[in-house]
Amino acid sequence: MSLRFLLDDELITLEAVEPAMTVLEWLRLRARRTGTKEGCAEGDCGACTVLLGELAGGRVLWRAVNACILFLPMLAGRALLTIESLGGTHPVQAELAARHGSQCGFCTPGIVMSLYARSIGGLGAGQSVEDALAGNLCRCTGYGPILATARALATHPRDDTSTLAALRALAADPGPKEIRHGASRVFLPASADELAALCLAHPRARLVAGATDIGLWVTKHLRVLEDEVIFLGGLGDLRFIEETPEALRLGAMVRYAEALPAFTRLHPALGRLVRRIGGAQIRNAGTIGGNIANGSPIGDMPPALIALGATLTLRWGEARRTLALEDFFIAYGEQDRAPGEFIEAVTIPRPGPEDVISISKLSKRFDSDISSVCGAFNLRVEAGRIIRARIAFGGMAATPRRARALEAALTGAPFTEDTLTAAAPRLREDFAPLTDLRGSAVYRMEVAGNLLARLWAQSQNETADVRELADG
Amino acid sequence: MADQEMPAPGAVTRALPHDSARAHAAGTALYVDDVPLAANALHGAFGLSTHAHARILGMDLAAVRAAPGVAAVFTAADIPGRNDVSPFAGDDRLFAEGETIYHGQALFLVVAESHRAARAAARLARMEYQPLPPLLTTAEALAAGSVLEPTQLMGRGDTAAALAAAPRRVCGELEIGGQDHFYLEGQIALATPQEEGGMHVLSSTQHPSEVQHIIARVLGRADAEVTVEVRRMGGGFGGKETQAAWFAAAAALAAAKTGRQVKIRLDRDDDMIMTGKRHEFTAVYDAGFDEAGVLHAVSLELASRCGCTADLSHAINDRAMFHADNCYFYPAVSIVSHRARTHTVSATAFRGFGGPQGMLAAERMIDHVAHELGLDPLEVRRRNFYAPGRDMTPYAMRVTDNIAPELVAELARSSDYEGRRAAVAEWNRARRVIKKGIALTPVKFGISFTTTHLNQGGALVHVYTDGSILLNHGGTEMGQGLMIKVAQVVADVFAVPVETVRVCATRTDKVPNTSATAASSGTDINGMAAYNAAEAIRQRLVAFASRQFSVPEEAVRFTPAGVWAGAERVDFTELCRLAYFNRVSLSANGFYATPEIHYDRKTHTGRPFFYFAYGAAVSEVAIDTLTGEHKVLAVDILHDAGRSLNPAIDLGQVEGGFVQGMGWLTTEELVFDAAGRLLTHAPSTYKIPTASDRPARMEIRLWAAGRNPSPTIHRSKAVGEPPLMLANSVFCALTAAVAAAVPGAGFPRLDAPATPERILAAIAELKARHG
Repeated sequence: MSLRFLLDDELITLEAVEPAMTVLEWLRLRARRTGTKEGCAEGDCGACTVLLGELAGGRVLWRAVNACILFLPMLAGRALLTIESLGGTHPVQAELAARHGSQCGFCTPGIVMSLYARSIGGLGAGQSVEDALAGNLCRCTGYGPILATARALATHPRDDTSTLAALRALAADPGPKEIRHGASRVFLPASADELAALCLAHPRARLVAGATDIGLWVTKHLRVLEDEVIFLGGLGDLRFIEETPEALRLGAMVRYAEALPAFTRLHPALGRLVRRIGGAQIRNAGTIGGNIANGSPIGDMPPALIALGATLTLRWGEARRTLALEDFFIAYGEQDRAPGEFIEAVTIPRPGPEDVISISKLSKRFDSDISSVCGAFNLRVEAGRIIRARIAFGGMAATPRRARALEAALTGAPFTEDTLTAAAPRLREDFAPLTDLRGSAVYRMEVAGNLLARLWAQSQNETADVRELADG
Repeated sequence: MADQEMPAPGAVTRALPHDSARAHAAGTALYVDDVPLAANALHGAFGLSTHAHARILGMDLAAVRAAPGVAAVFTAADIPGRNDVSPFAGDDRLFAEGETIYHGQALFLVVAESHRAARAAARLARMEYQPLPPLLTTAEALAAGSVLEPTQLMGRGDTAAALAAAPRRVCGELEIGGQDHFYLEGQIALATPQEEGGMHVLSSTQHPSEVQHIIARVLGRADAEVTVEVRRMGGGFGGKETQAAWFAAAAALAAAKTGRQVKIRLDRDDDMIMTGKRHEFTAVYDAGFDEAGVLHAVSLELASRCGCTADLSHAINDRAMFHADNCYFYPAVSIVSHRARTHTVSATAFRGFGGPQGMLAAERMIDHVAHELGLDPLEVRRRNFYAPGRDMTPYAMRVTDNIAPELVAELARSSDYEGRRAAVAEWNRARRVIKKGIALTPVKFGISFTTTHLNQGGALVHVYTDGSILLNHGGTEMGQGLMIKVAQVVADVFAVPVETVRVCATRTDKVPNTSATAASSGTDINGMAAYNAAEAIRQRLVAFASRQFSVPEEAVRFTPAGVWAGAERVDFTELCRLAYFNRVSLSANGFYATPEIHYDRKTHTGRPFFYFAYGAAVSEVAIDTLTGEHKVLAVDILHDAGRSLNPAIDLGQVEGGFVQGMGWLTTEELVFDAAGRLLTHAPSTYKIPTASDRPARMEIRLWAAGRNPSPTIHRSKAVGEPPLMLANSVFCALTAAVAAAVPGAGFPRLDAPATPERILAAIAELKARHG
């Protein structure tokens, strides 16, 4: 009945585990490691960044994640590193201090951990320094010295020998797959088959993948998690990425950061979208399946995946069914998923050279923001004509949805600027967006139509994205 | 005085790292939340009003008291002293009494065994309200006559007649949004009861003395019974000048009542809902000028949303008036300022303190004049700069230290403003979707608290017998590098390495009756006070060495190689030891009061500022005319920090201030709903700049020729606030890019923050005007 994980390669065994306690709370209150800070408790500021390690292909895969929305049971079988693990003299720390990279210092431990993850080749280490730091807010410095530190840092591979041995020992003797605490039961399945059986036995159990949304239910809404919670982090077999000439197939537990290269190969526009989802810590924790199952009207993946014609594989016991992604979203807060059923995989057909694809995420801030409008266009153009249109929007309705009237207006028409301009008003038949803090209904409607003009400009190779401009 | 050039190996002017830099990076720098608690410590959380304006008919707290882990609940009725946590006006309640005056106002405090238990319990109150009609906007409040004080007027000459006589005239309006401080460390206090009714409070505050006084007032105790301590804040930016007092007072109240240690740490959402922000402003201008773009008369009408109480709004709005001229001479001028009282959170201090809003209005007006005449806005700016004979501000202070013309000329040259402006025009001719804009704007910011008595600082310096030095002063560290700068000053007094000087927590029992670390004054007043304290000790050591070594006092010299008494050299440590054995006091306090300043608020005339700090920035931006998205492409900054005490620290202030100002004017949008509820109360919804928002090319330099003509500490200049206003260049460049999107349609109506939606709306409005 205990939870077992590594902290600085030392085995920690916790006998009493409150399932909804966050790793941040445990670190600060129980382990008295106060270098990890709470800035927001919702995974947006990065002051609580820690590293999680897991076995992957004979080595340790390290990921920078937000401890504030990570539940304690999610540490099962993992290795945890905090700012204290670095000892104070690591080159990241020395360089950041020497280059005036801290002012008030409160965000600094989180920034150190993000840069440390990068320097040891953690998940997403190949991304730009701006992308690596998009989930670490600093209010004092203006970022210049931090970015300069990041650029100057060499890689400093970590000697993972003892971590590897300890993780292997832990994997060989993983401990219980169920933890009880009072009335609550936490399940830690290690395979999709185990999950399928668990879901049949406990069809009302809450499934938790990356917890990048469910974490907030606890830290912000002070909700109590269900008495039965199934944490999915152990499902290594749902972390597969299959690339074929026809399609990209992803296991539901693939994290954004893991899928990013494959998404980029599928289409660069998809890669550009995914690198703007949350900060690095969120992309290192959030899963493709979780983002879909969550059913949010403003999730960033669904519009693009719908436009690309993605299908879901849902599993219930041993039974599997395939569903077009757009049919999964029934209404706000309602999805086509039966009790005991779970998403096993997502399949995205590979676009052809004749497909014109444009994906736009619009938000107040470029990085780590929720879209006001997310529009995805997939037009098959043959001999100058649009022979098929798949267009989907997020932020325009209660669910991510296709723009059927606009699609109908475009299908069969010549692929010209006039066609696009003339068809844009058809969006009014598809959507009646709301006004909220992210944008007014008027803006959403206008900008959604303008995305057709952007698509045209892109097809003519005109720069239509300020982020692609060279510096002045 | 400390204004002489220092010898080469001194600490002053060296680009030393922040004194806590290594501890920050190691995670070992302690903030209030990191301090170990007593075993029986309690955690507090507030119950908040869910109405902007309502009569409280009933407050049933039975469920709160019965919730798991709850130890006690406190309301206004439990306050032994006064229910008043205001800085001076007496109108800020610790807990609402009778009615609520903003959404998010504290109603009660619950203390429990854990933070989460307290937060959960706080939501269980059963409230009965009688909703009253709220005044939410500035316009609503002014129409209803709801103001903090009568409309204020500053000016000179017959503006109406001069406007009427001017050859050309433009009028316009600009709305300027507020800003949340978003210090990474939220509001927090830890109160520990002491013997005999004493109270010790760790508070994340910029103003420990005021927190001390307010706690004493709330508890009905003497100031001397309360000690407030702050080692560092995880960011302040003005948001912990007055706001920190509530949480410290609430923690002290609960600690006094329960006899247990009490910590109050606000959850981020509660923090953003409960605490004040930068003032929203509306500015209306009417400018008369000639064909050359030279202003003849300016009429400016400012109105701000002050929220439900006075807080510091009087002084903040005064400062907006003081900066509505920026660097420009207005021959005839009328500046009118309305201070609206609304049922929204009380607006408070925020880096710049009203100055940014006043200054942005001036820049918008100049841009409009230039657009009207088809001139380069920079040329119009130059033609209106203060100059000999044209050097009187609207508040009748003569500008005698004006370096704006030289500084702007140097920046225009080094940034190739002319060449890039031509390239931007060329780009805009050739491109349809993406339009660019470029702007150079100057900053002139008045340094001193405009409330004259606040311009005082105190320090306490101890030299121990081993030669180590302990430095205390009234200033607080919020990341701005105050401690290292003052330590550099003290180290140089004794010509010892800066490592010899140990900085420590600011405490009200060491230096009393201090002013807030605010108004960019931290180094000016505390640096000078610490210098005076150290100098007093040094004088005693000089006198002692003179006696001890039988040399005249003039022959005693402190050098990095030791102290020379004539031809004899003695280590500083040895001198300290000898002085102790000869019963010489090695401890001194120091005091400083800024000279020469005075101000008559009735007539809004005087010399409110000891000097001005200057700077200028060029920003080049691009906008997407289809989506309103934008990007700041490149920034060049030249800033005047006088003779910088620490160029690394000062450059950090310049860059950080600029980026914070850029956020204010672009991505940071506070959205309130029709009921007065703030909808953007967490980083998921309120977007401060992130790493990729930093312009990829930023050239930031301190003005090498900078020397403060006023006798400040080593002729340095204050640097905390002025750089924020360098970001006005971003807003002006965005305005220029919007104008370029619809050429010939007129001058755009763009409000701040310039979100994608506002940029698209400004383009649409221009197109509609165009027909």
